[in-house]
Amino acid sequence: MTRPAPIVTDDNRDFWEGAREGRLIAQRCSDCGRLRHPPRPMCPHCHSLGYEPAELAGTGSIYSYTILHHPQHPAFSYPVIAVLVDLDEGVRVLSNLVGVAPDAVRIGTRVRVTFETTADDMAVPVFEQA
Amino acid sequence: MSASLGGAAAIVGIGQTEFSKAAGRSETQLASEAIVAALSDAGLTTDDVDGFVSYTIDPVEETELVRSLGPPLVRWSSRVPYGGGGSQGVLLHAAAAVAGGAANVVVAYRAIKARSGGRFGRAQVSPRATSAHSGTTSSQWCAPFGVLTPASWMSLNATRYMHTYGATSADFGRAVVQLREYAATNPNAHFYGKPITLDDHQSSRWIAEPSIRLFDCCQETDGAVALVITSIDRASDTPAPVVIAEAATAGLFEEEIASNHYRPNLEVMDGSVALAEQLFGRDLSRSDIDLAMIYDAFSPILLMQLEALGFCGPGEAKDFIADGNLAPHGKLPCNTNGGLIGEGYIHGLNLTVEAVRQLRGTAVNQLDDPRTALVTASRTGVILQR
Repeated sequence: MTRPAPIVTDDNRDFWEGAREGRLIAQRCSDCGRLRHPPRPMCPHCHSLGYEPAELAGTGSIYSYTILHHPQHPAFSYPVIAVLVDLDEGVRVLSNLVGVAPDAVRIGTRVRVTFETTADDMAVPVFEQA
Repeated sequence: MSASLGGAAAIVGIGQTEFSKAAGRSETQLASEAIVAALSDAGLTTDDVDGFVSYTIDPVEETELVRSLGPPLVRWSSRVPYGGGGSQGVLLHAAAAVAGGAANVVVAYRAIKARSGGRFGRAQVSPRATSAHSGTTSSQWCAPFGVLTPASWMSLNATRYMHTYGATSADFGRAVVQLREYAATNPNAHFYGKPITLDDHQSSRWIAEPSIRLFDCCQETDGAVALVITSIDRASDTPAPVVIAEAATAGLFEEEIASNHYRPNLEVMDGSVALAEQLFGRDLSRSDIDLAMIYDAFSPILLMQLEALGFCGPGEAKDFIADGNLAPHGKLPCNTNGGLIGEGYIHGLNLTVEAVRQLRGTAVNQLDDPRTALVTASRTGVILQR
């Protein structure tokens, strides 16, 4: 069973379409220029409705992590390593760490983005050790 | 909270069903049973009730409740978002309603079949992007990564907390041992008669490593609780009123419930810091608190709230607990029913019921003459007094 497809909405479409093309995207406000994630329709700082997809370098460091053992869902292989990554551009994303043994996960480790396919020919950004 | 609300309302009745793993009846029935019990406790009837408040995610619709309870006229109703983190918000809503004259007698209720019905802890992928008003973006931003349960969401914060302050799983375990000790003498608790040792805690299996073991998790529970709230004037005619001295909510920018991953410093529960500023900003201080009931869906957030609420410094909750301060004769007796971990999980509102019992002097683990109780759930809280 493959990883479930993300749920695409009017507000998050840029992020998931970017992921399908192998690009990590944050919203950038067209007016004040601030980056934001998770996506939303209005800039909370200047109330602009204008935004564009900004491609990020995909590099950052692990802010926190958890190694998930139970309960288990058939679409994932366990243990699942979940991470919060502080990206170098200043936004944080929740994702998975891949290619690293569970007992080797550390806060502060440098990581870079890669992508894994999901159901419905979509993709999610995940991270590997840089 | 504005000065006009403080002390304007009181809890005059409490009621509940049994707590179990399989109630065998509908949430509407569970709510109805708890509400009738609470009204009886208050010396009131459904004819007196003209307001209802619950959680946005409670499954019992007001129209269904009214069909069973039969109140002649409902003048006001409300729902509070944020899941269990909003649990104490029902008292702010109820107090505001009676203080403002929108209602005379409000029933606050929560009915749940968290074990035999929809389990929070099941690994499931929601077909919807949003959360049915529980205050989380988890279904769209966590589910694609296998982060599917409240334990998995909160463990990310708890791991950061451990990293920053050097807290360990055993530190969380010492809190759990205390909660299970309270539960062991509470016949209403799931873990009645089942205390544990720290070794038992440390050998329970990992749910989310390195922060949450099985025994760090609350008990998914079936049941219902209800509270009756009315004005301070009318409360004086009831048998055992408890005054809502303070009630507050503090929802901060970028702070989510459970999937709270986007505030800068996740080792601090900022919402609880802001909540405490409101609760203790007027007439009452932390030294007035004789008893605290603190939302313990998972043990790490008990430590984190003790710090955020200002009962100990950052990173010091582990020492505060190791010194025995949550015990009956400690500095801050806490979750004396066993908490959500030891008694059961009626989504936080059973903590409020226990606070009322303690202030009335009718709790099973009765403290020595408590007069002021704090009840908090992340971003919502109340101070109750007799």
